[in-house]
Amino acid sequence: MAEIPKSWNVPSPDGLVKEVDHSPASMGLQKGWMSTTPVEIKPGMHCYAALPKRSKALGMPNPRNWSAMDEDWKLPRNWKEIVLEGMKERLGKFRSFQLFMDICVRCGACADKCHYFIGSADPKNMPVLRAELLRSVYRKNFTTAGKLLGPIAGARDLTLDVLKEWWYYLYQCSECRRCSVFCPYGIDTAEITMMGRELTNLLGLNIDWIAAPIDFCYRTGNHMGIQPHAYKEMMEFFVDEVENYTGVRVEPSFNRKGAEILFVTPSGDVFGDPGTYTAMGYLVLFHELGLDVTWSTYASEGGNFGLFTSNEVMKRLNAKMYAEAKRLGVKWILGGECGHMWRVCNQYMGTMNLDMAKGSKMEEPVSPITGTKFENAKSTKMVHICEFTADLIRNNKLKLDPSRNDHLTVTMHDSCNPARGMGFFEEPRYVIKNVCNHFYDMPENTIREQTFCCGAGSGLNAGEDMELRMRGGLPRANAVKYVHEKYGVNKLACICAIDRAVLVDLMQYFVPEVDVTGIHEMVANAMILEGEKEKTVDLRGEPLPGKEDSK
Amino acid sequence: MNVIVSLILSGGAISILVAIPFLAVWALPYVFGIHLEWLFGIVIPYLAVIIFFVGIVYRVVKWAKCPVPFRIPSTCGQQYTLPWIKRNYAEKLDNPFTKAGVVGRMILEVLCFRSLFRNTKLNFGDGLHVRYASSKWLWLAAMGFHYCFLIVLIRHLRFFTEPMPFFVSIIEKVDGFFQFFLPVAYQSGLLLGAALTFLLLRRLLIPQVRYVSLPADYFPLFLILTIAGTGILMRYVFKADVVSIKELTMGLVTFSPKIPEGISVLFYIHLFLVSVLFAYFPFSKLVHMSGVFLSPTRNLSNNNRAVRHINPWNPKVKLHTYEEYEDDFREKMIEAGLPVEKKVAPTEQKE
Ligand code: SF4
Ligand code: SF4
Repeated sequence: MAEIPKSWNVPSPDGLVKEVDHSPASMGLQKGWMSTTPVEIKPGMHCYAALPKRSKALGMPNPRNWSAMDEDWKLPRNWKEIVLEGMKERLGKFRSFQLFMDICVRCGACADKCHYFIGSADPKNMPVLRAELLRSVYRKNFTTAGKLLGPIAGARDLTLDVLKEWWYYLYQCSECRRCSVFCPYGIDTAEITMMGRELTNLLGLNIDWIAAPIDFCYRTGNHMGIQPHAYKEMMEFFVDEVENYTGVRVEPSFNRKGAEILFVTPSGDVFGDPGTYTAMGYLVLFHELGLDVTWSTYASEGGNFGLFTSNEVMKRLNAKMYAEAKRLGVKWILGGECGHMWRVCNQYMGTMNLDMAKGSKMEEPVSPITGTKFENAKSTKMVHICEFTADLIRNNKLKLDPSRNDHLTVTMHDSCNPARGMGFFEEPRYVIKNVCNHFYDMPENTIREQTFCCGAGSGLNAGEDMELRMRGGLPRANAVKYVHEKYGVNKLACICAIDRAVLVDLMQYFVPEVDVTGIHEMVANAMILEGEKEKTVDLRGEPLPGKEDSK
Repeated sequence: MNVIVSLILSGGAISILVAIPFLAVWALPYVFGIHLEWLFGIVIPYLAVIIFFVGIVYRVVKWAKCPVPFRIPSTCGQQYTLPWIKRNYAEKLDNPFTKAGVVGRMILEVLCFRSLFRNTKLNFGDGLHVRYASSKWLWLAAMGFHYCFLIVLIRHLRFFTEPMPFFVSIIEKVDGFFQFFLPVAYQSGLLLGAALTFLLLRRLLIPQVRYVSLPADYFPLFLILTIAGTGILMRYVFKADVVSIKELTMGLVTFSPKIPEGISVLFYIHLFLVSVLFAYFPFSKLVHMSGVFLSPTRNLSNNNRAVRHINPWNPKVKLHTYEEYEDDFREKMIEAGLPVEKKVAPTEQKE
């Protein structure tokens, strides 16, 4: 077992799972769930509250110092009114919300599908019960039966304790949508969580791990708060690294008008390992192709924590992509490897912001290298880099030597958002199989549309909620462990910047033999570059197979 | 609300619902000489049917009027993409790109309970070797229940049509294929009872399901079980006077209602419970029947990148424009060699 950092405040994996009991016989016999409120808000299972300085730029309500552990959450005096008004408004604006409040039959098909329930056995982490937390208040305030019969009809008042319970469990849902795959009516608890989080945000109850990135993103263009000059410096560092390892000097451009393509990717990859190697991979690929592409420091964030805040914030942050594409006069946008970014870019962006592209030079994306038209992106004009690369490989436009990745035995983690919000399964697999010789999928109930969350999605990838993350990540880690033991898998590939950050911790905890990578890191490592020096190391500076001695 | 209270409440409600027609039709004439057959045989059924239709329409219209701001299907298969990435039929239905695909997906969902078919069961073990086993029992029971219910409903058309449509007699023949008893025992009735019992036991015995269950989950199960029970009693035990009953039911559908002699109280109980079910339907979880058609995670195609979806209330929001951004960072950008739109610092320019 690897070392588990003390600051995580989590027991060993054995200790963590020991008391997990999903179906105590007493469940529901002694007490109904409604009489278990107030809940204990446990450290390690929630994230810190948003600091008052956050999001003043965005005008988020009720900025103040507060903590979920405090008795007093310093809410506005009319908080209840605000929430109920907000609920009413959203019931009228989102058919999903109204319908999902009405039609659940509590069949329990979704109950054991949530990774947080699997890893914590807390019954309120069953998707159905998470939704009932809100539904009970809905019934009390918006249905006749609930008003008349109260608890008999499953209705209850919105009290401060109920609000705290909401908050605790709304920020223990990663909006992964796995539950919605199994629900016979498609009830998507993530959708309910999103509505619930919008309501908490009316009271200033965001967590700092979401509030900080949206604040940064709004002002500096990216979650990390990297200012334009610093962004460029980081990239220059990558350029040197790439030259060091490959002998090829790549020349990225920034904010360049007249480029054909605007490239947008999560800033996490520019900032933290191992995402940085994926960022280097993009640089190598673009250089080798001679692609007329520019990066932007203004639209330097593909991710969008507005998705976890409210639809308005999501729209405000996302708007930069089209604004920048128009300003620079590009033809289309190429998007990097990211999970929730692609949920936004696939399911929300066109609807929200396509008007901003009016009068721009954008047109249906065509790969300048292969001539392939990306018909499926003809409206939003945004192509996923794995689609782009898969098309290159298919048309033999890349010189690849997959044996350079022979020291890797790879499996792939389908990120929730591209999986269940897009259906993005074959493209990345096709790429991996062409750049690696050893690929094994995890068991079928844990991949593709049934994939498990990394345990830290939807802004829960903080440092103070490690127990929540390890519990939520347990099903994913288990499946990795399975292929590690069976096939000797030692690399976990993913197409998400948050994954690249958090799966490292998860692996360290459960399967320390397995390391995490983005796909374009492996692509770049397998590429035979024009003018490359004799390669002995990969982009991490680690020796290539057979070159261990030449270091 | 723990399970015991829920059971007592919903069981109690059913007892009261049985007692009402029993007392009214059976005891009142004895004690007070009052006859209320017209109320239970005519007025309440009419009311119930009206409430049912008006209620359903009200619910569906309310949902339908509610906008769908975003196109958010849960994609359960490979997306439509590069032409050489082939998708099989299942994937085209589980992640539809076209309208036809959506129709197919909805048909599968509504008629075959596609999503429930995916069901798995968690096998947590020691927590370090978690497995997920396929689990089709709930799907099977749900299919059994809904289809048997449908067959029973169709068989009841014999009471509301003259002459009987041909498919009713076909269904009766098929349904009574295995002749255990005389009169013909219909499998649908038995299976319906079995499926309902399974659903009830499951709710009571699986701790997680028991924990989330409300009285509103037990009540419809009890109600339908009691309806089935009274029906079976009338058919096999206390033989009902079918001819008089048909006279009553035909009177109802031809809007010339009358109360024939010789109809047992058991029938009135049966009819009253059915009326309750009809009236209860639109205002309970049973509306899932119509709700499923409107579910935005199922009835939309995954073609957002190719065809724009319009949000009728797309909000106007304040953006942080590039100009503002450049104003914030211009000097640093110039120093770093990044291109800028305006060369001078904004403060100087304003003067
Ligand atoms: S699967 Fe759907 S209907 Fe069943 S309990 Fe879960 S949300 Fe409700
Ligand atoms: S969306 Fe994911 S995290 Fe949220 S309740 Fe459903 S399965 Fe759990």
